[in-house]
Amino acid sequence: MTFFVSKYPGGRPSVPPSVQGPMGDGAGPRSDGKPKSVFARNPSVLIFITCLAVFTLAITLLSEAYGPGLISTSFVKTLGKTLCLCLVALAMDLIWGYAGILSLGHMAFFALGGYMIGMWLMYARTEEIVVTALSQGGLPATPEEIQHGIATQVFGVVGSSDLPVIWSFAHSLPLQLILALAVPGLLALVFGWLAFRSRVTGVYLSILTQAMTLALALYLFQNDSGLRGNNGLSGLQNLPGLDDTSQDHVSIWFFWASAAALALGYLTLNWIVSGKFGSVIRAIRDDEARVRFLGYPVEVYKLSLFTLTALIAALAGVLYYPQAGIINPAELAPIASIYLAVWVAIGGRGRLYGAVLGAAFVSLLSSLFTSGRLPDIPLGPVSLNWVDWWLVILGLAFVAVTLFAPKGIGGLFDRFTHIGTPDRKGAQLGPDDGSLQEQEGQP
Amino acid sequence: MTALLEVSGISVTFDGFRAINNLSFSIGEGELRAIIGPNGAGKTTFMDIVTGKTRPDAGTVTFGERSISLLGLNEAKIAQAGIGRKFQRPTVFEDQTVEANLILALKAPRSPWRVLFWKPKAPDLARVEALATEVGLGDQLQRKSGELSHGQKQWLEIAMLLAQEPRLLLVDEPAAGMTPAEREQTTALLVSLAKTRAVVVVEHDMEFVRRLNCRVTVLHEGSVLAEGSLDHVTRDPQVISVYLGRG
Repeated sequence: MTFFVSKYPGGRPSVPPSVQGPMGDGAGPRSDGKPKSVFARNPSVLIFITCLAVFTLAITLLSEAYGPGLISTSFVKTLGKTLCLCLVALAMDLIWGYAGILSLGHMAFFALGGYMIGMWLMYARTEEIVVTALSQGGLPATPEEIQHGIATQVFGVVGSSDLPVIWSFAHSLPLQLILALAVPGLLALVFGWLAFRSRVTGVYLSILTQAMTLALALYLFQNDSGLRGNNGLSGLQNLPGLDDTSQDHVSIWFFWASAAALALGYLTLNWIVSGKFGSVIRAIRDDEARVRFLGYPVEVYKLSLFTLTALIAALAGVLYYPQAGIINPAELAPIASIYLAVWVAIGGRGRLYGAVLGAAFVSLLSSLFTSGRLPDIPLGPVSLNWVDWWLVILGLAFVAVTLFAPKGIGGLFDRFTHIGTPDRKGAQLGPDDGSLQEQEGQP
Repeated sequence: MTALLEVSGISVTFDGFRAINNLSFSIGEGELRAIIGPNGAGKTTFMDIVTGKTRPDAGTVTFGERSISLLGLNEAKIAQAGIGRKFQRPTVFEDQTVEANLILALKAPRSPWRVLFWKPKAPDLARVEALATEVGLGDQLQRKSGELSHGQKQWLEIAMLLAQEPRLLLVDEPAAGMTPAEREQTTALLVSLAKTRAVVVVEHDMEFVRRLNCRVTVLHEGSVLAEGSLDHVTRDPQVISVYLGRG
């Protein structure tokens, strides 16, 4: 073959230049060509965005609002919520899969974002009702009367008729949207600063984050927390001023917004992890001390990542809870954040599409199995009740993935693209046991 | 010639054990120095103090012509000031390519914001390629460094240190786990490195130190026992009794 002769005059090179980008696309070594575009270097991005667009279009065309209604409005909401969960999973993957910080508190930021948008939704909606009711008396209502009416409506359930101070901005959507990012962002910044400054790492950090979310949940359970205690905020699916619009349409709008947020989040995170920043945070995951001696301020990196991912989680929460319709302090329970870690682990840490696949797959399965619509399976003396057994199945799946398929669902793609751990077939392994080396004696 | 690194009167106690006891040390610009001493003499603790990993209980450490104190700085700041450190075990980022490892080490802004928008330019890539070629990894830029052999990882780490362009290089037992040929190469490299920067080598192996042909500082129980040429210190009766005599 003359081709090879001309390319490698001295015969085949000892090392084939074949180890390429994440999808093994054969783009060729970068040094002998122009810099490739983002998509050429990382085709998974293009594939992901295309799939998401096709999926969004398909759901829209089958929905009750814009199509024959093959997909019910409630299922559109489930899918929209799932897209939001995929977005949090992306954030979790960035902080855990890439930077190695196992945070078990990110659903707290998600729920806080939801609470902040929920405050405006509930206030504005109640305001409409109160104004309508008061105007039937003939005289236009004074602002004080309206204020009092809203407070009684919203807080009657916890035995109060005063609007707490934290509701000061609830009348304004822009202000409350700013709060929806500022509150979780500041919490993450302060918490992260305290934790990372003291160089808390590993399992201790996980425990701290879990304590944070538990403390927050317990606080919100109190009636005088100003957020209606364990009643939470409800009726969030009714958008103020859109009484005439059916939920069929509202649900698809939120579905679109969630899909757009997921696409934007995916592109942003992909940009972050594929550059030098991504290289630094993966290095921090693998050997923090060494990165410090290279001159990188590791704590600053961790803090910025922690805050950034908290903001992404909050954004996802802002989109999620209007679709869910209700939020209560149970959403901040530590178990929610543990689920998040389970999704990412099952999907495959350290690759963005893995996190999305894991979150979508497990959370959809979860809502299927816990819906109570699946028939029980009789097994002699006991019968398999899916609602009860789902958690056991999920737990076993988690253990199995951790033990036998640490790369998760995303790892399946490596089979097609032939990326894997080096295969030395019994060759000399060297004196150290690097993370990518096989154990000695394995075939 | 003023000293590049000036360590004076430092002491460190770990749970009542005095690891470093009133130790003073200085090294000038472009000097090569070997530190030897038996196990527990405080060699690694000394490096930890200079690089900011451990804080001394007493004493001062100053660096550079403006004599900035290193004691108030964290590891990252000290590394940015121009002190590089090579660990005993090769520590490269195995999950990343040789090229990515070198780019990480390349002298460039280190803050998250600047790193986020940093793109390698042609001179950076050329420098990476030159460094890789220098240590014999020129054709392996796109390989994951976890696939490299032990010796190649050592060389990659050395290339990373060069990419960092430190003014002072601390090297912990460079010859450990190397073949005789690799040792020879390493000796030559360290000697040539010391032409442009100061190098401190901590080593057990006397034969290796002899080949470096430089001033030697002998540590014992956390302080300097003797200093001078290798022949000078090996004739010192104290050194013979605490170190060589046992060997």
